[in-house]
Amino acid sequence: MRAVDVVSFAYRAFAGHRVRTVLLFVAMAIGVGSVVVLTTLGEGARSYVVGQFSSLGTNLLIILPGRSETVGGPPPLLGITPRDLTLEDAEALLHIRGIRYSAPIIVGAAPLSRADREREVTVLGSTSHLYHIRKLQMAYGRFLPEDEALRQAAVCILGHKTKTELFGSDPALGQSLRIGEYRFRVIGVLAPMGESLGMDMSDVVIIPVASAQSLFNTSSMFRIIVEADSREIMDRAKNAVLRTIKLRHEGEDDVTVVSQDAVLATFDKIFTVLTLAVASIGAISIAVAGILIMNVMLIVVSQRRAEIGLLKALGATRQQIIVLFLTEAIIVSSIGSAFGVLLARGSVWGIEKLFPILPLQIPLWSLAVAVAIALMVGVVFAVLPAINAAKLDPVVALSRR
Amino acid sequence: MISLEKICRSFTVGDEKVHALRDIDLRVSDGEYISIMGPSGSGKSTLLNMIGLLDRPDSGTYRIGDEDVTLLSDRRQAEVRCHRIGFIFQFFHLVSRMTASENIELPMILAGMEPKQRRGKVEEAVEAFGLADRASHRPDQLSGGQRQRVAIARATVMQPEILLADEPTGNLDSTSGMDVINILERLNGDGITLIMVTHDHSLGRRATRQLTMVDGRIERDTVPSLSSAPGS
Repeated sequence: MRAVDVVSFAYRAFAGHRVRTVLLFVAMAIGVGSVVVLTTLGEGARSYVVGQFSSLGTNLLIILPGRSETVGGPPPLLGITPRDLTLEDAEALLHIRGIRYSAPIIVGAAPLSRADREREVTVLGSTSHLYHIRKLQMAYGRFLPEDEALRQAAVCILGHKTKTELFGSDPALGQSLRIGEYRFRVIGVLAPMGESLGMDMSDVVIIPVASAQSLFNTSSMFRIIVEADSREIMDRAKNAVLRTIKLRHEGEDDVTVVSQDAVLATFDKIFTVLTLAVASIGAISIAVAGILIMNVMLIVVSQRRAEIGLLKALGATRQQIIVLFLTEAIIVSSIGSAFGVLLARGSVWGIEKLFPILPLQIPLWSLAVAVAIALMVGVVFAVLPAINAAKLDPVVALSRR
Repeated sequence: MISLEKICRSFTVGDEKVHALRDIDLRVSDGEYISIMGPSGSGKSTLLNMIGLLDRPDSGTYRIGDEDVTLLSDRRQAEVRCHRIGFIFQFFHLVSRMTASENIELPMILAGMEPKQRRGKVEEAVEAFGLADRASHRPDQLSGGQRQRVAIARATVMQPEILLADEPTGNLDSTSGMDVINILERLNGDGITLIMVTHDHSLGRRATRQLTMVDGRIERDTVPSLSSAPGS
């Protein structure tokens, strides 16, 4: 039999039976679609939780001056150490592979005044990296300018509460105010947010770290916060930070690196459970889709036993029949899977519109697995009954329907 | 030339063994016109299926020419069905999604014939069987007589030496039934060996050799034109 004839026979076989073919396409599309959509939802939920946790600082390291082990007490929060943490230390940490951001922080209290109002506030001196590390959001204006860590710009960002207490409902952007002896211009106001890492970010003023150095007349950092690329490399990053600082501090191990171990431990547990849940959802949906496709294929091909008998009576060999049904199954399964992928894309798009909070992205592996399963199951369960029917004597295949 | 020796075939229906064919011996010369008659369940269709290689005997030998076809591989059996035997069914067994001409073309496609050659043969067959204006109709758009003519065209398009017909008029009214019989007899006149199962005696008596089967045995084998010599 000629290859062209095989393909055209297969094509006409499914094009000629609309209902049957549509049924198959629907089964395939639902099978593939549900696997992809369910795993996408699972992955979405997982990455949502991961995102929420990382805003809690699961991949943050806090570097404090001084060592705690020698005294056995809590890490010294005030800089009692022979060598200070410097702005240069913070810069140096950025060169470690896997460290994304490094924010030096100076904290102090200073009187903040505007016109006739004055109050004590917490002043944070830092750089633009703080914005990313603390996942800050702006209500108005912008954050500290990038790449100006060493410049004493006279600009400040107000926490939400500070802004309200000082300006009420008046616009604060572009206004100037005094912090201690210095004048600063307001370039941004933070969006309202809760406390994190033990600091109320709504009741602060943030200024460039260099300005804070002159304001408080100090060169040493209160602490440095660095953010690693991911949770997995935390241990490595911690060691690398310790090594880098030691090198810069003449071989002296004089800093303490703290990570949020309790949060991390919880995160790891939840992450494991979620991963298992997503994997189970994927596996179950694949099994269900497989069985669905298998059943429809089995029924459809079994219905065609008489046709197989007739083909044999007309002189088709067993091998020809298998080739015919294999070709047809491959074509039908491919088209059905393609519909499934379309269905999945459509559904994911719809769900995204309904629940914009879920970060949905179709995982490539789920597409690949879903299509592979659909093709495999479709082909196997089309060809198996065809092989069985082709083994029968034509009269048996012809008579039973 | 066809020869069957001691062909047996039995089925198990429930827990009962039904002997459809018991030690059948039969020789058919080329170009003969044979009718097989007998009551239902006498094994006449089973015998025809056996000759058409649609069924396999439990024991015995079946030869076409000098070749023992029961021993052939699947591939060689398919070749015999394709090139040497044409089969016509009571229920036509046309492929419902294909047009009349596509149905006629099917055996040639299975045989791997060139498309050009196929087209020529289909056209010839369509003309010969008076289907010219129905060639692109699907079976459900054809009358019973037309369907059976398509089936005959399909069975003969590979120019087989043996044509087997299982109740070819069983599903037709008498006019189109006669029409089909005339076509079959014309083909026989052109030299094809024609074996036809029927329970219509008036049709059966038209054949030059008449077999009557009862309980899986050939009860009578008569050649009416030559006095009345019962032979086997």
